[in-house]
Amino acid sequence: MSDSTTHGTRTPVELAAAKWSDPHMQPAARHPEHVARVVAVCFFLGLACFAGFGAAYWQNWEPWTLGALLGGGMLLVGAGLIAWGKYLMPRGPFVEDRHPLASPPDELDAFTNAVMERGATPVRRRPILGGLLGAGLGVFGIVAIFPLLRSLGPLPGTTLDVTNWAAGRYLVDAYGRRVHQDQLGLGSVMTVFPEGFAFDDQAQSMDQTILIRVDVAPLMNMTGTPMGYVAYSKLCTHAGCPVGLYERALEYLVCPCHQSMFNVPDHALPVFGPAPRPLPQLPLAIDRHGELFATAGYDQPVGPGFWERS
Amino acid sequence: MAAPTAKSSRPSRPYGRFGQVVEELDERLGLARGGRVFLDKIFPDHWSFMLGEIALYSFVVLLATGVFLTLYYIPSSGPTVCHTPYTPLNGQITSEAFCSTVNLSFTVRAGLLMRQMHHWSCDIFVGAIVLHMARVFFTGAFRKPRELNWTIGLTMLILAILNGFIGYSLPDDLISGTGIRIAYSIILSIPVVGTYLAFFLFGGNFPGNAIIPRFFTIHVLILPAVIAGLLGAHLFLLVRQKHTQFPGHGKTERNVVGSPMYPVFIAKTTGFLFMISGVTAVLAALFQINPIWQFGQYHASNISYAVQPDWYMGWLDGALRIMPSWEFVGFGHTIPFEVLVPAVIFPGLIFTICYLWPSIERRYTKDNLLHNLLDRPRDRPKRTAAGAAMLGLLGMLFIASATDVIANFLHISLNTILILMRILVVVTPFVCYLVTWKICKELQAVPLGGRRKVANLVTLTPQGEYVATPMPPPPGTEPELAPEPVPALIETDGDGERGDGQRADEDEDAADPIGRSSVRTVPR
Repeated sequence: MSDSTTHGTRTPVELAAAKWSDPHMQPAARHPEHVARVVAVCFFLGLACFAGFGAAYWQNWEPWTLGALLGGGMLLVGAGLIAWGKYLMPRGPFVEDRHPLASPPDELDAFTNAVMERGATPVRRRPILGGLLGAGLGVFGIVAIFPLLRSLGPLPGTTLDVTNWAAGRYLVDAYGRRVHQDQLGLGSVMTVFPEGFAFDDQAQSMDQTILIRVDVAPLMNMTGTPMGYVAYSKLCTHAGCPVGLYERALEYLVCPCHQSMFNVPDHALPVFGPAPRPLPQLPLAIDRHGELFATAGYDQPVGPGFWERS
Repeated sequence: MAAPTAKSSRPSRPYGRFGQVVEELDERLGLARGGRVFLDKIFPDHWSFMLGEIALYSFVVLLATGVFLTLYYIPSSGPTVCHTPYTPLNGQITSEAFCSTVNLSFTVRAGLLMRQMHHWSCDIFVGAIVLHMARVFFTGAFRKPRELNWTIGLTMLILAILNGFIGYSLPDDLISGTGIRIAYSIILSIPVVGTYLAFFLFGGNFPGNAIIPRFFTIHVLILPAVIAGLLGAHLFLLVRQKHTQFPGHGKTERNVVGSPMYPVFIAKTTGFLFMISGVTAVLAALFQINPIWQFGQYHASNISYAVQPDWYMGWLDGALRIMPSWEFVGFGHTIPFEVLVPAVIFPGLIFTICYLWPSIERRYTKDNLLHNLLDRPRDRPKRTAAGAAMLGLLGMLFIASATDVIANFLHISLNTILILMRILVVVTPFVCYLVTWKICKELQAVPLGGRRKVANLVTLTPQGEYVATPMPPPPGTEPELAPEPVPALIETDGDGERGDGQRADEDEDAADPIGRSSVRTVPR
């Protein structure tokens, strides 16, 4: 195999039997003094690099100089050590016997006897005690789950089914400003939140809604879409990423995580990728000041699927 | 009792002060005999045995740099006004976790270096484990008696992947936060208990304030401790069962040939530790990794383009991308197969196959012998082909995790790439299997395949004829390259060939009480 160059055809010997005069104990290098010189240079340069690292740290040089000096020093010292071990130390090969792992039969029997006779017999003789102990430990195991698991968080309840959107809630941007009907140009999008919840990170994760003003294709039998404004939950129905990319020419919403595509003019139906459901739509209206508000909340849970979702 | 007299009864030791110290220690701890065995331990010299060392030493680098990072990182998602020399973020409201990660990169001396070393060595760590595992698989090193160590190693791989994911989520930046969001959705997808598990892990609905501190505890305490414990068990078993070795000159099932622990191996392996740390440091110095200040703070409603996880999560991300949108809705419940299958069932299946492989192979070959000599992969075409198929599948899924980037780069429609990847993921394993199997068979059929060509002496006879006479092979090539017969081929079905170990056993003196156990066949 690969060690043919260093080991040659020498037959492996026992390490303990090898004398210093044995060819196995000779260094592998043909000219050990040359190698020793190279190793010395490696170690010296490594030392210099480490000293340089100290200086660089002291003087607060750029991070890359720190790393290059530290890494360079380690590489040099490592290379020197490996060369020392490979070329200047006994070249071998040496052999070591592999003693069988399995115990002799009598020891094996003694062990199994000790377990089964000395240990297990008194247990088997007292089935009631054993059963009670087992039941007690079982109860302990179940009870221990409660503080370990149950205390970690609240029960889901209906948390995943509701958002803060409701009839009459105004749409606001990330700065809490209401959205005016002239704010978005045709083919533009923005992320909106229910008024009063724009700065709440926790609420944002469920409430985030993408507002689009479509311009290319007409909306297909959709209500709650004044002036071409249409709003969908921004939470992907696949794995919950924000559906943040809008392909204007096709009027597709694209999820950057796993590339699900939703057809905006047609109820955000998934047209491609792993998403199974359309994005829920938020029905909109415009008040007499020209500001957008929701005429209802979402009619279904937003985001990815889960067991309790019906 | 006897201790005071013991010293006087021993003859004076050579090597002066060192001898004295050793004697004092030995009187108290009894170190000399075990220590001698340790110093004499033989390590095989083959290069492929270094892959596990890479993993081990990357773990050392991870621990060292990780301890440094814990001194500056603040595990809290609480908001703070971030004061940082990085101007675009200065004065912004970010989480403590994000701000402290940015600041430990920019204000702590060598902080950026340590952070990047930590991240790079994690990628190297998992990569080395995978390569090490592939080496063990393709050479059959997992066979009896080493099945338990295969199991331990595989467990460490899973924990390493998990801890890597949790670790790169800690900075609370936009990319990793999206990863946590996907993880939350994956947990949600588990039928019946999914929502409960997700709420318990995150302390409520996503994102909550609990996940960063909890991830921190898991990342710096629980998982490293478990990995370190398993690592100890892994190395203990390695020493107890001794190394495997490739067949070759003087190598049998009953010995180990190579270099001794002291001084040869200790020098080489310490050098290797330095080399790996050095490579990690140079990578960290010259190649930026995970520049979180460019991604920004995570907000649940923000997203970035080209959201790719670290490489070892790529196959799962790819599986999520190519999965068709099959969701089951009925009986008042939803089972999101489009997430459940690629992210829960599929990896579960892959790791289960890996866990069970030693038993699967044993059942199939009915081979219950102890194996210390390794296989050449070509001698086990079916196993090698199965491994290649697995690598092909995972490799294709890995590529599938970059569909958006590939589509952008090649100016091809995303849909085309996705459909292509779906086909490739299904087809590649079969192609890999067949091609690998065929290559193995062909290599077996070439008797001198892999050997050096023999030189010919060409002479001109007086009749004007050229005669080529093969020369004897150069010294050092012949015995090394001729593989010894290997026991119980997968392809042979019990034709009585018992292999090297059995024959060696028969030669053994029958009176040897422990000789019988080196090869023990259990009747089925």
